[in-house]
Amino acid sequence: MPRFILRRAYFATLTILLVSIVVYGVFSILPFDPAALTCGQKCTPAIVEANRVKLGFDKPLWQQYWLFLSGIFLGRTYGAGSAEFTCPAPSFGYSFNENMCVTDMLAEALPVTINLAIGAFVIWITVGVGLGLLAAKFRGRYPDTISSVFVLLGTSLPTFVTGLFFLIYVTIKWKIVPLSLEGFTPITESPVKYLQYFILPWLTLAILYAAFYTRFTRATVLETLGEDYIRTARAKGLSERVVLLKHTMRAALAPITTSAGLDIAGLIGGAIITESIFNLAGLGRMTLQAVYEFDLSVVVATTILAATVVITMNLIVDIAYGYLDPRVRMK
Amino acid sequence: MVSKLKSANASAAGQIISRSPRQIAWRRFRRNKVGMVSAGISIVVLMLSLFAPVVCKILGINPDELNLDLIDSSGIPTLPNGGISREHPLGLTPGIGRDLLANLLYGSRISFLVAFLTTGLAIFIGLIVGIVGGYFRGRIDDYLGRFTDFLLAFPAFFMIVALSEPMVARIQETGIAQGNSARVIFLIFFLSFFGWPGFSRLVRSQVLSLRERDFVTAAQAMGASRKRIIFKELMPNLWAPVIVVVSLSLPGYLAAEAVFSFLGIGIQPPATTWGILLDNARRFVTVYPNFFLITAGSLVLVVLAFNLVGDALRDALDPRSER
Repeated sequence: MPRFILRRAYFATLTILLVSIVVYGVFSILPFDPAALTCGQKCTPAIVEANRVKLGFDKPLWQQYWLFLSGIFLGRTYGAGSAEFTCPAPSFGYSFNENMCVTDMLAEALPVTINLAIGAFVIWITVGVGLGLLAAKFRGRYPDTISSVFVLLGTSLPTFVTGLFFLIYVTIKWKIVPLSLEGFTPITESPVKYLQYFILPWLTLAILYAAFYTRFTRATVLETLGEDYIRTARAKGLSERVVLLKHTMRAALAPITTSAGLDIAGLIGGAIITESIFNLAGLGRMTLQAVYEFDLSVVVATTILAATVVITMNLIVDIAYGYLDPRVRMK
Repeated sequence: MVSKLKSANASAAGQIISRSPRQIAWRRFRRNKVGMVSAGISIVVLMLSLFAPVVCKILGINPDELNLDLIDSSGIPTLPNGGISREHPLGLTPGIGRDLLANLLYGSRISFLVAFLTTGLAIFIGLIVGIVGGYFRGRIDDYLGRFTDFLLAFPAFFMIVALSEPMVARIQETGIAQGNSARVIFLIFFLSFFGWPGFSRLVRSQVLSLRERDFVTAAQAMGASRKRIIFKELMPNLWAPVIVVVSLSLPGYLAAEAVFSFLGIGIQPPATTWGILLDNARRFVTVYPNFFLITAGSLVLVVLAFNLVGDALRDALDPRSER
């Protein structure tokens, strides 16, 4: 087992490194002069050149990448003399549009996105697994029918349609959830404002994912219910409750955990639509903003970060699978 | 094989007519009422979109005509219900007073174009990579598998969003296409670039199990060429899963195109797509909710119909998925 974990961790690190090289490379060969985008309307060639040197864009590409990479571990200092400034480690670059170290921007946006992802996850896993279990238990009867209608609707409603619907009707027209004007408030400060900020985005994401998890749970549970050991458990006279919740769920848990891990990772890197509809100050909206403004250092940083989260989660899920499913461990 | 044996017995008895697997699947599909209705809706929508110019002529609506006399100074249609009338069956778009139905029909063409070409391209690459990996196995499969995993590690949506502006500029620079054509090319290319790994995984796993089956061994024993085994033995057995995946991913790409237009990085106005219409609808929704409901409703209806057809196809083509 430790050998397996080490090997996987090694490959994951390698993949992250490779992804960062590709992302950095792709964005650097694009037909844009990053230095030219660093100064506003009163731009002269001299300022552009000065900025180019200051940000290190005058160096060859591999040196730029090396500076970027070492910046993550050692921090990075830009400019020289009186105009010198430092982004302490871990530094992901410097955004000229915002006049901020990218790390500080990430530190502001990340909590929003993580809260969004975790909250949505809690809702969708409860609803999805619960509904899936019910549908499997009452297969062919009305809970199954209800859940299949839910699955159908949930998988067919694009998030931006659900999101817009919530925003337009629940918030603006019916005023059930008032518009959050103060932005992100940690739950420790004001649970009400926290909920007001997050509840609709959570629901928007959760409806889609809950539908997928209902279908997935139902299929997995039905498959497991056909196994011999379930018959054994029933023959032993165990109650249906124990059979369903202990014996069946234990087997269904591993695949569900796997996809849940990957979906959370995906959300941290990709809740762009939900964040921009509800105007949440998270990672997705920040990236979109940066794309509109050609703020390449931010785009590179968030893309690499998103990929890192996905790869790391993949690794964790792989390792967890071994613990959750003894059949995998034995191989 | 089993069905052939059965039909041999049956014809000996002289009672039961033999059916090919395709006929069996078609019978199963026909019996699925929801599937048939959805298939009907899907075909009608596709036809309406394909023949949008003809349909608009017949209905006497024009997507580009600005009905400025029918909207007030703030851009809202003056007639009730958003200007729904005989001349304008679904009303007018706010702001400039174009006919909504005509715009939905014309807009769907770009959306369908992107969805179909993306799915086609992705499945084409996925088939090649999946068959090569699954059939030849060994080192080739290792490399292809690792590359697939590598691509799947990229946050695809992020990459497409981030690359859109610079890549479109580059496409325009090379002179292949300008304006919205460049954007359509960008969307199709990158959506399928990040989309094929999923298909290739599916195809590979199918090929891996198929190539161990007796009929492939028999073909090999008879000295069939590699080409024959791949095209005559493996490919026909791949159609069923491929058709199902295609019909289930089409609505996904349809929605994806709308999302990108909606976020302002896909197709740009004055062209129309469902995403652009929805983006407009958002701005006018408090004063003109019909616009949003009709636009979002038509997108959801089409996605729903496509999904249902996909489900029905899976039930018809894969007997194991009986519920």
